[in-house]
Amino acid sequence: MTVQQPKIDLSPKVSDEVRKTTCYMCACRCGINVHMKDGKVAYIEGNRDHPVNKGVLCAKGAAGIMQHNAPSRLRAPLKRVGPRGSGEFEEISWDEALELAVSWLKPIRDTAPEKLAFFTGRDQSQSFTGFWAQAYGTPNFAAHGGFCSVNMAAGGIYTMGGAFWEFGSPDWDRTKLFMIFGVAEDHDSNPIKMGIGRLKERGARVVGVNPIRTGYNAVADEWIGITPGTDGLFILSLVHCLMKAGKIDLDYLARFTNAPVLLNCDPKSAEYGLILRDEEGKPQVIDRRTGKPAAFDAADVKPDLGGHIRRAGISHVTVMQKMAERYLDAAYSPEVVGPQVGLDPARIRHLAADIARVAFDEAIEIDQPWTDFRGERHEKMIGRPVSFHAMRGISAHSNGFQTARALHVLQILLGSVETPGGFRFKPPYPKPASAHPRPHFMATPGKPLDGPHLGYPQGPADLGLTKDGQPIRIDKAYTWENPLSAHGLMHMVISNAHAGDPYRIDTLFLYMANMAWNSSMNTAAVMQMLTDTDENGDYVIPHIIYSDAYSSETVAYADLVLPDTTYLERHDCISLLDRPISEPEAAADAIRWPVVEPDRDVRGFQSVLVDLGARLGLPGFVNEDGTAKYADYADYIVNHQRKPGIGPLSGWRMGDKGLTSGRGAPNEAQIDSYIKNGGFSVFHIPDEAQFMKPWNMAYQDWAVDLGLYDAPTPYIFELYSEPLRRFQLAAEGHGPHQPPEHLRERLKQTMDPLPVWYPPLSDDREDTEAFPVHALTQRPMAMYHSWGTQNAWLRQIHGRNPLYVPTFWWEKLGLADGDWVRVTSSHGAITVPAAHMAALNRDTVWTWNAIGKRKGAWALDRDAPEATKGFLLNHLIHELLPPKGDGLRWSNSDPITGQAAWFDLRVRLEKADPPAEVQPEFDAIRSPVGTGPAELRWKVGS
Amino acid sequence: MTQLPASTDRQLGLVIDLDTCVGCHACVTSCKGWNTENYGAPLSDQEPYGGDPSGTFLNRIHSYEVQPETGPAQLIHFPKSCLHCEDAPCVPVCPTGASYKRSEDGIVLVNESDCIGCGLCAWACPYGARELDQAEGVMKKCTLCVDRIYNENLPEEDRVPACVRTCPAGARHFGDLSDPESAVSQLVAERGGMDLMPEQGARPANKYLPPRPKDSWEGETDVLAPFLTPVAEEPKGFLGWLDRALEKI
Repeated sequence: MTVQQPKIDLSPKVSDEVRKTTCYMCACRCGINVHMKDGKVAYIEGNRDHPVNKGVLCAKGAAGIMQHNAPSRLRAPLKRVGPRGSGEFEEISWDEALELAVSWLKPIRDTAPEKLAFFTGRDQSQSFTGFWAQAYGTPNFAAHGGFCSVNMAAGGIYTMGGAFWEFGSPDWDRTKLFMIFGVAEDHDSNPIKMGIGRLKERGARVVGVNPIRTGYNAVADEWIGITPGTDGLFILSLVHCLMKAGKIDLDYLARFTNAPVLLNCDPKSAEYGLILRDEEGKPQVIDRRTGKPAAFDAADVKPDLGGHIRRAGISHVTVMQKMAERYLDAAYSPEVVGPQVGLDPARIRHLAADIARVAFDEAIEIDQPWTDFRGERHEKMIGRPVSFHAMRGISAHSNGFQTARALHVLQILLGSVETPGGFRFKPPYPKPASAHPRPHFMATPGKPLDGPHLGYPQGPADLGLTKDGQPIRIDKAYTWENPLSAHGLMHMVISNAHAGDPYRIDTLFLYMANMAWNSSMNTAAVMQMLTDTDENGDYVIPHIIYSDAYSSETVAYADLVLPDTTYLERHDCISLLDRPISEPEAAADAIRWPVVEPDRDVRGFQSVLVDLGARLGLPGFVNEDGTAKYADYADYIVNHQRKPGIGPLSGWRMGDKGLTSGRGAPNEAQIDSYIKNGGFSVFHIPDEAQFMKPWNMAYQDWAVDLGLYDAPTPYIFELYSEPLRRFQLAAEGHGPHQPPEHLRERLKQTMDPLPVWYPPLSDDREDTEAFPVHALTQRPMAMYHSWGTQNAWLRQIHGRNPLYVPTFWWEKLGLADGDWVRVTSSHGAITVPAAHMAALNRDTVWTWNAIGKRKGAWALDRDAPEATKGFLLNHLIHELLPPKGDGLRWSNSDPITGQAAWFDLRVRLEKADPPAEVQPEFDAIRSPVGTGPAELRWKVGS
Repeated sequence: MTQLPASTDRQLGLVIDLDTCVGCHACVTSCKGWNTENYGAPLSDQEPYGGDPSGTFLNRIHSYEVQPETGPAQLIHFPKSCLHCEDAPCVPVCPTGASYKRSEDGIVLVNESDCIGCGLCAWACPYGARELDQAEGVMKKCTLCVDRIYNENLPEEDRVPACVRTCPAGARHFGDLSDPESAVSQLVAERGGMDLMPEQGARPANKYLPPRPKDSWEGETDVLAPFLTPVAEEPKGFLGWLDRALEKI
């Protein structure tokens, strides 16, 4: 029969209203259109006008509605009534909750402010939380960078004044060869996918360097399945090949880097390896025009890469010469390096040649005149269209800082940083380490800290040590164990506080970090530390305050829970003072605003801090008469001024002649203006200032106008890192600040001012033959840390996480589908489901990160596969390295930054009888929010 | 039995680029979001927070490992939804006429008010592209966002399926595959777009662009070798080269 086609409504009403805000399903901060029906969230899509995502949205973002309605949302402040860890709470009022917090925080502020340890997790308001902690006066504040990617951030900032992701990105429109190293797939989420899509459209090539071939590596034209922890050596072999062939950008190196800077070469000198400077402290180069020394930035100077000079009986040669002496050595040849990194030497050579070909035979010229910081006018911008991106895969190793430096040195040698087709900074970067604050530590009872907590040390004098050499910070950041720990060491806070090393604390205050589960190494022991009592029966860590929007595993360990809102119910500020949403072409900042009001008794954490600040009478949070300065976080965002004219948001400020961007007085209508503009503000960089930003005076002037700098701050890239050399020199016995004896040798080896590779530190502590397999985690594109599990849609995509086993080991162990394996490290063992994967490094196993959940958490049923079949590798990783008989325990971290060395993990595998559930098993925790409904038929419109 | 139209004015469909799809599942959840709120019954979920969660999805991503004759194994991400076949086997089997193919644009739809949830169409579909919603008891399938693509309440640039609008990598394309001049037809011609399982004879409208060849470096080594011709073997020679080279700049 022929059926009459039914009439359908082809133009249904989409929504009553679209509210534009910023996503928070991961850390990428895309713009979203939230479609509202009957006052409820009906549909979420990407905002086409937004600088980050330009309309697209990832799987997490599009599933935001299921995060917003998740049954795991906390409902009211909770006070612990059962033992810690039991999950037994009573709901209390906000007044009671805040007074309880004040009753713990006020006395210690008045007597010993360091007894508060305040650490935040995946928070995006560090400029604000840091301001609060500084006003409170504790030196013990940081966010989660120490266990995330501080190596990447610090390696980049010390080398070139910025790193990847929010610091900068490849020139997606022009690059012709793109290499991506060790990138967890969840961020920089949409921009990388968009960028790879554009490269593919243009026929540009993508090379993926990763032991695991999924995601971006799956679509890469070439896959380099490198041995974990050896990326640095591989990169330095590329450097060897390129230098030996002269395929480096000499003009760029001479003008814009410290390659021509002169170094003291006298091993007997107390300044051996330091930079020759003039009276003004300016690094000296030999001027090719005169053959004489000159300041690097003198007008018209032509720095000589091969210069040398004897001064006061001391020879000085250039950084370039030192680099030639180091990297031309056969130890870096592909033939020597290949077997160590698991690659055919011909493969390394091929890649180096391909990089050389693209960088120099396919160079780009843009007809855009510009003027550099020496006053020289250039008619063109020359580009080397090779670009790089890297993230945790290289940074979460104990050699990650030096590996990140090696990668930056490679791209600088090519002349591909801040040039067309290469890597481009995003404002407020470029900003060198020397332009960042130094760290501050001085706590005084009842007073603010003497300056910002976190910064970039320039030498041993900047360490956070007491007069007798003890760590000032609870996490032992900025000590000889990890001198450049620019993001702190959140992963050491609980174990140090528990051990009373360097001292005991009173209150542990955590925000949005699942430290009792997937965010800690050695998870089972951490849970024990949180519940341990002293000889009096009191908890070793006396008070724990935790703020989270959801019923995570960590909630159960808090004495006081401050329930946060979902991302659609809150004000937030993605600020140029912090981690903004800029792109290489423009500075940009953004807000979140409550597109719906909470239907629970919850408050945005930042508003709670504003309130606590006022109750504690913290400077900056109270008026002269002691009354609260700000009603809430929104009020702070609009009215706080970090310096006169500079506030959290740069758009729609009040200038002398009306509205202005950047510098200006507060404007009460600022947030409304952001809302009208789609939740963000963009400040375009002029054409002349688009590239060469560190040296381009048009950029420098623009950045001063916008308030990013107080004065033009041009600088040269540091192939050779003098701050590192200062620490190394101290270890060699020079200077007033001396390291403890047991750290001397390690400092000499690791604080190398030129990028160096050494094997992951744990390889030295355990029998690598007994643990022959590398074990890694990746975050999937469709989940963000632990959050995705509570999302009804996303957990259907990633509800299980087998251990993926490469063919070599799959066959060797005689495994078959459905088998389980026992995975043993030098610290512990787990028994988990296995799955075969061929597209893997021969000796690497891996699984998705943070899919495994504890029973009772996240409002899931107790038989949820995440709890019965899902697992964490965290149980295999200790925060300390195995003992080596020297009576000391060494941190499982990068020795330079303290970055948690998650990916140094080695294991052995055995086929196991399938247990009923993954091993180890943990007791269920009582859910403070019950469990979710048995069925969802979600539709808000009629 | 329901007849397929003798011909359709246009044949709308998707072109999916397997060379570019990174397997991120953005299309999966944007589809779920739009189609839960729009056309027909919401896409329900059973045990959404329980031990065996399952729900209705109109678009899913599968990942397959491929071992080429030479070179390392590859991973192909393969998004799959209804392919809006020209000879859609799901339509003639429908006992109530609920399953039909639109004569104006070739979209295959289910009229939910006539659907009795018998499942014959899902059985007939060679691609497994239909899912019976367990809460509503009706057959759900990709509508090609028929309530978006003509929707005058949306800006014109948004009148594309939700999955196409959201795809971050730009791996999904939408258009009229019966028009050889359309952008999607051109793309199919340029890139050798393929039918999925053509032997089934369903003549799917959706096309897949195959992955480009990968890991072909071994053939290029000789061509590239001159780029690494040494300028020096030792630091001293390197400095001499440096000096000569700087003279030329």
